[in-house]
Amino acid sequence: MLRLENVSYKIEENGKERYILKNVSFEVAKGETIIITGHNGSGKSTLMKVIMGIIPVSSGKIYFNDVDITEMTISDRAKLGIAYAFQTPVRFKGLKVNDLLTTAQKTNSKLMEVCNYLSKVGLCARDYINRELDDSLSGGELKRIEIATTFARGAELNLFDEPEAGIDLWSFDGLISAFNENKDEGGTNIIISHQEKIMGIADRIVVMDNAEVSMIGNATEILPQVKSIRVCAKLKGDE
Amino acid sequence: MGTIEKDLLLAVSDLHQIPSGAFSIRENGKGVQVNSTENIQIIPKGEGNGIDIYIKENTKNESVHIPVIISKSGIEELVYNDFYIGKNSDVLIVAGCGIHNTGDSKSSHDGIHRFHLEEGAKVRYVEKHIGVGSGAEKVMNPVTEIEMGERSELTMETTQLGGVSYSERETFATLEKQAKLVIKEKILTSENQVAKSKFRVELVGKDSSADVVSRSVARDESYQSFFSSVVGRAECFGHVECDAIIMDKAKISATPEILAEDVDSKLVHEAVVGKIAGEQLIKLMTLGLCEKEAEELIIKGFLS
Repeated sequence: MLRLENVSYKIEENGKERYILKNVSFEVAKGETIIITGHNGSGKSTLMKVIMGIIPVSSGKIYFNDVDITEMTISDRAKLGIAYAFQTPVRFKGLKVNDLLTTAQKTNSKLMEVCNYLSKVGLCARDYINRELDDSLSGGELKRIEIATTFARGAELNLFDEPEAGIDLWSFDGLISAFNENKDEGGTNIIISHQEKIMGIADRIVVMDNAEVSMIGNATEILPQVKSIRVCAKLKGDE
Repeated sequence: MGTIEKDLLLAVSDLHQIPSGAFSIRENGKGVQVNSTENIQIIPKGEGNGIDIYIKENTKNESVHIPVIISKSGIEELVYNDFYIGKNSDVLIVAGCGIHNTGDSKSSHDGIHRFHLEEGAKVRYVEKHIGVGSGAEKVMNPVTEIEMGERSELTMETTQLGGVSYSERETFATLEKQAKLVIKEKILTSENQVAKSKFRVELVGKDSSADVVSRSVARDESYQSFFSSVVGRAECFGHVECDAIIMDKAKISATPEILAEDVDSKLVHEAVVGKIAGEQLIKLMTLGLCEKEAEELIIKGFLS
């Protein structure tokens, strides 16, 4: 469904070129859930933004259902079937939760359907549907609304950047259930995460290191290696 | 009343037809219909340049509609409306002015509204201004003077969402003990329109409070200025906020002034002017909107 071919993104820093992404290539099949993990600054979020079209590639190609989307705008990629949940959700003065959810839905929404998405992420729809997306919402509430909005897109491919960030312990299991439910319905997901519980739902895991893909494989193979890397990092004091 | 007039009436006062309660409709420089009720009396001034509105004490859940419509080019008027709101009443007052101008001459409406709120009176005052038609200037200069008695409350919602070439709003309020004033202003200007707002609130009584919030969007080459002055003369609370989105080649000026004349007065002023945040546009574009649609939704929400 999604194919990245030698995707690179580089910037100029103090007169020198620096790669944020370097020759990243992998494929995602329909119905697959891929977890991307790795150190801070390894290029994970940039990779997501490149797939969504928020950051342009410096070189390489991106194909979605065999269509070359490398030069497409963000909205065209969204219309084609890619949804994206921000790591840090955006606040809007005046816009309400309902406005965002109905905009996200492709078809004319019924209130019941909109409410279902909020319930999926553990929010009582009645309490939230008319809330403003401003400073009156906590970071965790906003994050869950962001995830609900992404599910509401009903997109072929969902991108989630650290969905667990800011989610309290009580809501965490609900989040895992929401992902599992989406998986059971045949959804395709790419999720950036550091959480072992979330990694547990992966079909495959991609490990990023210093702008490149350092490991990729089935979750059962990669997960133990990721765990041992993290143990080493802890011993070295990196984590 | 023709289609243009009916549309203006709907736009400024949400009225599809003549309201059932107390009302006064002014059309093209003249009062055309007036209706009083048992508790709300509307008396046209002798010179034909306004009305006096008397609301009996303890009047609850009643409304007054006083829309002004100008559909002829070249009409310029100065109107005085005086509201006397009785003790412990709780009413809704809907005012507003719609100017339709397709002619060559300037049309203008200068409305001076004076509110006298007696002890414990509670008022929600809604005022909408709208200009339509591609003719000469459409000008509105509303002046609102508010005297608030003890424990009285006034919420003023004023909206000017486009089409008005020039407006200069002045609002003055004096608050007695425990009086509470809330003002919510919403303004959208485009092309080369000019909108100026000036607020002066004097918190005279102990435990009086005022909250003035202005949200505005200036597009194209329009100009907006916001001046606010809050004076605290007792133990009181005053908050003024000006939050504006600037676009294209527009200009916005915000001037805060707070003057504390009592050691127990708490006065706060906030003013923010900035363009639409890039991340807001990106978020909505990831939902499938194009940049223009995203911009419109953000503005609609901001001014809702």
